[in-house]
Amino acid sequence: MSTEETPESFENSHVLDPAATADSQETVSKEIEDIHASYREAVADGAAEETQPRIDFAPYRSSLLRHPTKSLHHADPETIELWSPAFGERDVHVLESDLTIQHNGEPIGERIVVQGRVLDGDGRPVSGQLIEIWQANAAGRYVHKRDQHPAPIDPNFTGVGRAITGPNGEYRFTTIKPAPYPWKNHHNAWRPAHIHFSLFGTDFTQRMITQMYFPGDPLFSLDPIYQAITDQKARDRLVATYDHSVTSHEWATGYNWDIVLTGSNRTWMETEEEH
Amino acid sequence: MAQAPELKLVPTPGQTIGPFYGYALPFTDGEKLVDRAHPGSIRLHGTVRDGHGTPIPDSMLEIWQADEHGNIAQETGSLIRDGHTFTGWGRTAVDNVGHYSFTTVNPGATGEGKAPFIMLTVFARGLLNRLFTRIYLPEDTEALAGDPLLSSLPEERRSTLVAVREANGDLRFDINLQGPEETVFLSYPRNA
Repeated sequence: MSTEETPESFENSHVLDPAATADSQETVSKEIEDIHASYREAVADGAAEETQPRIDFAPYRSSLLRHPTKSLHHADPETIELWSPAFGERDVHVLESDLTIQHNGEPIGERIVVQGRVLDGDGRPVSGQLIEIWQANAAGRYVHKRDQHPAPIDPNFTGVGRAITGPNGEYRFTTIKPAPYPWKNHHNAWRPAHIHFSLFGTDFTQRMITQMYFPGDPLFSLDPIYQAITDQKARDRLVATYDHSVTSHEWATGYNWDIVLTGSNRTWMETEEEH
Repeated sequence: MAQAPELKLVPTPGQTIGPFYGYALPFTDGEKLVDRAHPGSIRLHGTVRDGHGTPIPDSMLEIWQADEHGNIAQETGSLIRDGHTFTGWGRTAVDNVGHYSFTTVNPGATGEGKAPFIMLTVFARGLLNRLFTRIYLPEDTEALAGDPLLSSLPEERRSTLVAVREANGDLRFDINLQGPEETVFLSYPRNA
């Protein structure tokens, strides 16, 4: 991890983001509700259901100037786009999937296992691919220098993990349950507890970064990042399931979360060519 | 091209990379697809800007490209580089003034008459899902003129995808998430 190289100033930290506002939660929640209501109306009138977040979602203030206003342009994928970089044991040590053993002592918090499978849109397991996670600690604090939330840093927890998916697309991380933390989107804004996930598929067009949430989080309805996904069924896909069969006796509670990437274009295009 | 088959499963939604990836995702030499001393090495660099033209200081970029002969690498070892193996993939965070820099090679054409390009993925705080685009090399004007993607774009938007060759051989490619010079971002079949 190359965090020590450049001295960082806090001048442009998120804490001083000009997009940060003093709006109330009520104002932001009302904006979210209005967008969701018109989405539901559109679906009732026959519009397609949305499966991805809107990139133009004003309740998330930082998105205002950072989303393209023109629609994405359709491209037929060519050569390099139909392949992904290869990762393997050379890149990732097997111990990197246990975030609780990276220092001399036990991190503080609730030890958990998060496991699941990475599949593509055709249901095929994505095997031998890189999966990366990062997260706040049990107090809701990131090791990142720009995180100034006055919650304790845990000297025994960095909150970064990596793994290579198994032959059936499976992954398994041992970590500490992250806590919610405050941010500056609006007054008294709190993010639901989450783990960031970074994923690769077999085509680079399947590359994605997302966030996994925990079941029953009371902050879900208040969070403009989570609610930027307008469809409830789609939002549910980011929530892990508590699984007692993953929980282990006197050691850790367990969660399951499967991830589905978009469809590979290489496989069907190659099949076309063969015929 | 034939119609892409329907997906069997609904893809998981993406989410923003957020502000705190800096200690987690960038890695040592992530931006060096080749060493600076590598014959034919170039710098690919530019600035990521928002809708006001203000540099974005918390964006992360990844490139994925063929080697100078147009071959697509399937070598592991991107995360722990040995200084010799070309893996074709790189990752870097922009600096405090939104500037990024990769050391790489000019990709070769991956097929007869094809316009060489580098695939680019953009992540940023405030950006709710990743964006894809292409960085075309400016030299082969005939191939560029015949490129299906570029040809499908209006003249004024086409140039946002073509890098500028600087006097010293470096490539400059700025990324504008919004605004009059907004970069063309791409969707692919089965992207859902």
